[in-house]
Amino acid sequence: MNSVRRRDLTMLIIGLIIFGVIQGMISGGMIGAFWQLNIILICVNVIMAVSLNLINGYTGQFSIGHAGFMAVGSYVGVVATTNFHLPFIVALILGAICAGILGFLIGLPTLRLRGDYLAIATLGLGEIIRIVIMNIEYVGGAAGFKGIPHLTNFAWVYGAMLITLFFIKNFVNSSHGRACIAIRENEIAAEAMGVNTTKYKVMAFTIGAAFAGIAGGLFAHQFYLISPNSFTFLASFNYLIMVVLGGMGSITGSIAGAFVVTFISAALASFPEVRMIIYALALILLMFYRPQGLFGYMEITNFTPIKKVLDKISGKEA
Amino acid sequence: MDFVHQLIQQLINGVSLGSIYALIALGYTMIYGIIKLINFAHGDIYMVGAYLGFFGVTAAGLPILPALLISMFVTGLLGMVVEKLAYKPLRHAPRISILITAIGVSFFLEYTGMYFVTPTPRTFPDVIGNISFNAGGFIINGQQVLIFAITIILMALLTYIVQKTKLGKAMRAASFDTETAQLMGIDADRVISMTFFIGSSLAAAAGVLVGVYYNTIDPLMGIMPGLKAFVAAVLGGIGILPGAVVGGIILGVIEALVAGFLSSTFRDAAAFAILILVLLIKPTGLFGKNTHEKV
Amino acid sequence: MAENKPLLKAEDVSEVFGGLKAVADFNFYINKGELIGLIGPNGAGKTTIFNLITGVYVPTTGDIQLDGESIVGQKPYEITQRGIARTFQNIRLFSELSVLDNVKIAYHCHVKYGLIETVLRMGRYFTEENEITAESLKLLKIFKLDEHAYEVAKNLPYGAQRRLEIARALAAKPKLLLLDEPAAGMNPQETHELMEMIRWIRKQFGLTVLLIEHDMSLVMGICERIYVLEYGMIIAEGTPAEIQNNPEVIRAYLGTESMN
Ligand SMILES: Nc1ncnc2c1ncn2[C@@H]1O[C@H](COP(=O)(O)OP(=O)(O)O)[C@@H](O)[C@H]1O
Ligand SMILES: [Mg+2]
Repeated sequence: MNSVRRRDLTMLIIGLIIFGVIQGMISGGMIGAFWQLNIILICVNVIMAVSLNLINGYTGQFSIGHAGFMAVGSYVGVVATTNFHLPFIVALILGAICAGILGFLIGLPTLRLRGDYLAIATLGLGEIIRIVIMNIEYVGGAAGFKGIPHLTNFAWVYGAMLITLFFIKNFVNSSHGRACIAIRENEIAAEAMGVNTTKYKVMAFTIGAAFAGIAGGLFAHQFYLISPNSFTFLASFNYLIMVVLGGMGSITGSIAGAFVVTFISAALASFPEVRMIIYALALILLMFYRPQGLFGYMEITNFTPIKKVLDKISGKEA
Repeated sequence: MDFVHQLIQQLINGVSLGSIYALIALGYTMIYGIIKLINFAHGDIYMVGAYLGFFGVTAAGLPILPALLISMFVTGLLGMVVEKLAYKPLRHAPRISILITAIGVSFFLEYTGMYFVTPTPRTFPDVIGNISFNAGGFIINGQQVLIFAITIILMALLTYIVQKTKLGKAMRAASFDTETAQLMGIDADRVISMTFFIGSSLAAAAGVLVGVYYNTIDPLMGIMPGLKAFVAAVLGGIGILPGAVVGGIILGVIEALVAGFLSSTFRDAAAFAILILVLLIKPTGLFGKNTHEKV
Repeated sequence: MAENKPLLKAEDVSEVFGGLKAVADFNFYINKGELIGLIGPNGAGKTTIFNLITGVYVPTTGDIQLDGESIVGQKPYEITQRGIARTFQNIRLFSELSVLDNVKIAYHCHVKYGLIETVLRMGRYFTEENEITAESLKLLKIFKLDEHAYEVAKNLPYGAQRRLEIARALAAKPKLLLLDEPAAGMNPQETHELMEMIRWIRKQFGLTVLLIEHDMSLVMGICERIYVLEYGMIIAEGTPAEIQNNPEVIRAYLGTESMN
């Protein structure tokens, strides 16, 4: 039992070392503005992908409207900081709470649907959220919300990302997480084993939405202006691609997916069509040759060599 | 009365738009009926149809009807090719895999389309002229007459194919139970292929008609109508042909009313709200039967 | 011999699918500690009765009581929490997960640590998780699955999958265990071992068992009382000896299966 805790600690320390290195490079002026922005986007996207993975990958509820919850977090956050001058952390938490509440309210009725019906319904709900925001004059309507203070920096997004990763990792490695995974594997059997399937589907959906809300708050405060157009279902598909590419049911996979997709997007920024064609072909070929994604259900910490090193560092009693 | 007048005018507009949704929804519903796939790429097939019609009229200088027929035929073939290359290899894969593939195909059509024809919208030439009919103060323009006429002809033809021909019987048998149909000697692959052909050519017709009606087309034009046609199919009861038509027309009318009396920005939200209501209240749609899952 | 308060009791239960009456006026009871067999030709409605007891289907008419309280209308998970666990005729394992995780999941309704303890990994999280793992391994050992604990469930041989279904059901700590054709697809040797296991766990865990089975040697070998179902109706009830000599039962089975 101590070894589990020590392993968590080891991973936290590794996480902090990576932070130190990148933060050092940023402070030392070794990373230009373009890549700084992309590093921040990677962290935001990791939060989006991992939280979507909790819903799609671990719980098996195919949701494709995740950008809607991000939008809620963004708008609540920018109103909190810009109009009410609340501290950033409060704005982020408010955004998470509102997105979470909305996720709960939406999830309760919709999660009765299965598979492709749920997919279309979540897509529709994501669009409805966006259209409603577009019609609220108070937040700038279709033109967007202007004058957002630039509060996001690498430390904020990295910290939020670490918290998200630990939260979701600990969740899925518990009885609650197993209940979600059981739903994905076989809903009828899960119910027969005493799992309140509705409760856990809604719980996964709510947690996923809340973290998307945090990602939204971080995303919005990186820019001077946000508009409803940042949260169309194309954005939702982007997160879906990260999850599917990395592996539905793997946190490592979502991190890798967020990396790859953000890099490709950055590298091909001036060739948007080519970028989308590559995504399209990647999705199709992935379904042909590796439908479980790059990592499947695997975590990098389970690969034997890495596991050995980790066990050594954290001193697992054999 | 002014209100009644405006209402009826919106109804006419709604039925025209609804006919287009109905044509697209038919393909959705036929394909879903047979391989249980929400063909996300169906809206993009419709976009390809619109462009083929556009080039038929402009580049080849054809009159609208031959351009329409050629577009339907070529798009039908495209539908068959998509099925062969992208969906057939996954026939026994989990449904989510096929759904993701369909999303991939959709992107592929949109952005290769954009790569070749550029993202700039094109103006569809005026092929009807400025004809309009004034029936007791209500305006029905030439484009709307064309939409009604083509839609009715195509639906009659489809009914004939499905009800009277051998192919239609095979299609109905396969959509009832693919495996049993196969045991009874029906070549399921061919039936699925033909279903994609018919569904895609109906979508192409819708694409050309939309070009004629709204005068403008672009590579992403298929996304929203595609999703809405799916809503129409669900509303009518997915897998049920008359349901797709009724669903399409109801959706078109509701949208026209929302746009006319509320605000056009809520048009798209209305369609999705209908979808969610239907799924929650009666997921099998207006014409569908309820079933019990066997354990 | 009818005791005053049976563990499970069904009164006039019927289930209609469309026009088909899958179960008709079904009446039966199980006393605490009994091992009861439910037999009948294919399509007789046996699995439907399990689905009715476990809340998967809601009876069209009639009442089902556990410990004297009606459980009709409760969700399957609520009924499991009240102490009824089952296996499935068409195996429904969590097929991509490890054998161990399959069993661990079923401890779900006995876990007390909450969301905060989960996420912060404190309090009861570690103690309960360790208990669950230890108990799961014990269960796997009983069913001779401990060597496969870290294999993926879908890779197990058929007979082992059936045993895993039983192990998983036991992890929910039921009072009443429902087994739907547990020996289906097993060879005589495996069936015999299974019979011994069922006897053993029943004694060890103080279980009450309701068993659907086609293998007559198994049913006649371990059941104390047997109900025979045909077309959704009970046509006979009694001890194995009585059932074997019941002309109605012999008629129902004639041509479909021999009674040995
Ligand atoms: N969900 C359902 N919908 C329709 N019919 C069903 C359903 N479940 C079972 N049946 C029918 O009820 C009858 C009894 O089935 P079942 O209980 O599975 O029989 P058994 O387990 O005795 O072989 C069969 O005719 C079966 O087809
Ligand atoms: Mg059965």
